[in-house]
Amino acid sequence: MLLLFVFVLSIFLGFELISKVPSQLHTPLMSGSNAISGITIVGALLAAGASQNDTIGIVLGTLAVCAATINVVGGYLVTDRMLGMFSTKDEKK
Amino acid sequence: MDPKTIKTIIEISYILAAVFFIFGLKMLGSQKTARKGNLISSVGMLLAIVATLLNQGLKFEWIAIGFGAGALIGALAAFLVKMTSMPEMVALFNGFGGIASLLVAWWEYLEKYQGNTQLTSAPLGEWIVPVVAIGFAVFIGGVTFTGSLVAYAKLAERIPTQPYLFPGQVPLNLLLLLVSLGLIGLFSYNPAEGNLYFYALLALSFLFGILGTIPIGGADMPVAIALLNSYSGLAACAAGFVLTNTVLIVSGSLVGASGIILTNIMCKAMNRKLINVLIAGDLGGAKLTKKIEGEAKPISPQDAYYIIEAARSVIFVPGYGMAVAQAQHVVKELGKILEDNGAEVKYVVHPVAGRMPGHMNVLLAEADVPYEQLVVPEDVNPIMESIDVAIVVGANDVVNPAARTDKGSALYGMPIIDVDKAKTVIVLKRSLRPGFAGVDNPLFFNENTRMLLGDAKSSIQALINEFKD
Repeated sequence: MLLLFVFVLSIFLGFELISKVPSQLHTPLMSGSNAISGITIVGALLAAGASQNDTIGIVLGTLAVCAATINVVGGYLVTDRMLGMFSTKDEKK
Repeated sequence: MDPKTIKTIIEISYILAAVFFIFGLKMLGSQKTARKGNLISSVGMLLAIVATLLNQGLKFEWIAIGFGAGALIGALAAFLVKMTSMPEMVALFNGFGGIASLLVAWWEYLEKYQGNTQLTSAPLGEWIVPVVAIGFAVFIGGVTFTGSLVAYAKLAERIPTQPYLFPGQVPLNLLLLLVSLGLIGLFSYNPAEGNLYFYALLALSFLFGILGTIPIGGADMPVAIALLNSYSGLAACAAGFVLTNTVLIVSGSLVGASGIILTNIMCKAMNRKLINVLIAGDLGGAKLTKKIEGEAKPISPQDAYYIIEAARSVIFVPGYGMAVAQAQHVVKELGKILEDNGAEVKYVVHPVAGRMPGHMNVLLAEADVPYEQLVVPEDVNPIMESIDVAIVVGANDVVNPAARTDKGSALYGMPIIDVDKAKTVIVLKRSLRPGFAGVDNPLFFNENTRMLLGDAKSSIQALINEFKD
């Protein structure tokens, strides 16, 4: 029940955080928040680290770590690359 | 250290990570702080990863292999992707997030629940939540994965971008959804012997992701990507319920909520109902009810030069055509020339121009356009009458005045950029066959509109050359 409570509150928090973002920044916002969804890497690490002798467990866990890492590393780097391009006139000087 | 202390350290790190994500997301909302916000969010992720590795008894060899491969692929993709291909890149990353959550849930099922007959003899309340969550994580994760792959293929034009429609599509999709929910129920009832239901659910989720995305047309892709983004968050959130892990639940639902907000913004900007985007496919252009009559007035680069050379205020209105022609750098070059020539230059970007939200802004930023010159339609529409020249580069629907005038048109009511009210409009277009039925934008026939025909990049290059001569 407590988890559900946390879930509902976070959803509302998410609505509040995002609703005022200017449309110029929607693409980096999307790829940046996408990188956060890679948090599932926590579960993937636990799965891959706990698998020892069962082949299917190792395969699933390792694949999960790999996919989540692509999401995390790729997501943050590409967002940073994009945001590095957005600069004001003063910053360009 | 004793296990209890380690556990506390891990828990506190997770809380900190969630706080970093919240600050990071907040800071992504403003140009001044966005880059730092992304950095803070990534530090939060690092913290969560390191904390997880503190858990005792973990074997690192497979972790290292998976992490190394993933980091290499992710970094290469992030550095090599062209800015014009950003929509398909984000779609792919989304898909990887989805499949990761699915795999985590799958692993949990095999390790803890499959064949575990002792489990179901315990009271229902003790095990039902993670089991139902396994069902949802698999379903949402699977839909995100194949849906994102289809979106990627459409955006990269590996498959036709048109909506793929067939008779009975909507009832079939609804049926698949209901059956999937039913399977989650059956699986949760007895997870120890749930193999059949589990794998059926897995297969259906993949199928549903494909069938749910193929009716979405190219122009509706901003909505699809925003929605898939939301799903990838919700999949992580479901995985959090599987593992009873709060940081997954918090972060996943933050992303889920932000994706829904963006989806909603995109729908409003396109004047579409979400349900129609999802089930009815693309409407196939403006479909005007009033007959458009008139004659388009082509213009040579030289004559266009005389018009913009004399202009004191100029706006550029980019659309997907600019990305296709890779014209963002020449657009910026022309903008710079016009500024040096004494004109005030702005770039007006419609929220749904391009193939993902904010896509055109990224391209113009890549071409070094300063952030303050990137403006939204609401900034310019009220003063449109005072604009000397509006140059439309590869945009169509977002400047179609039928959205204001033609009540029967599918566009009617969509917020547009009112370029037709500017003193002169120059539309860059590849070709214009006179009387061609596909031309359904009355803007092209307006008294104050001039058509500069040809490839957008070479047309602008021609204008730049006129200035240099």
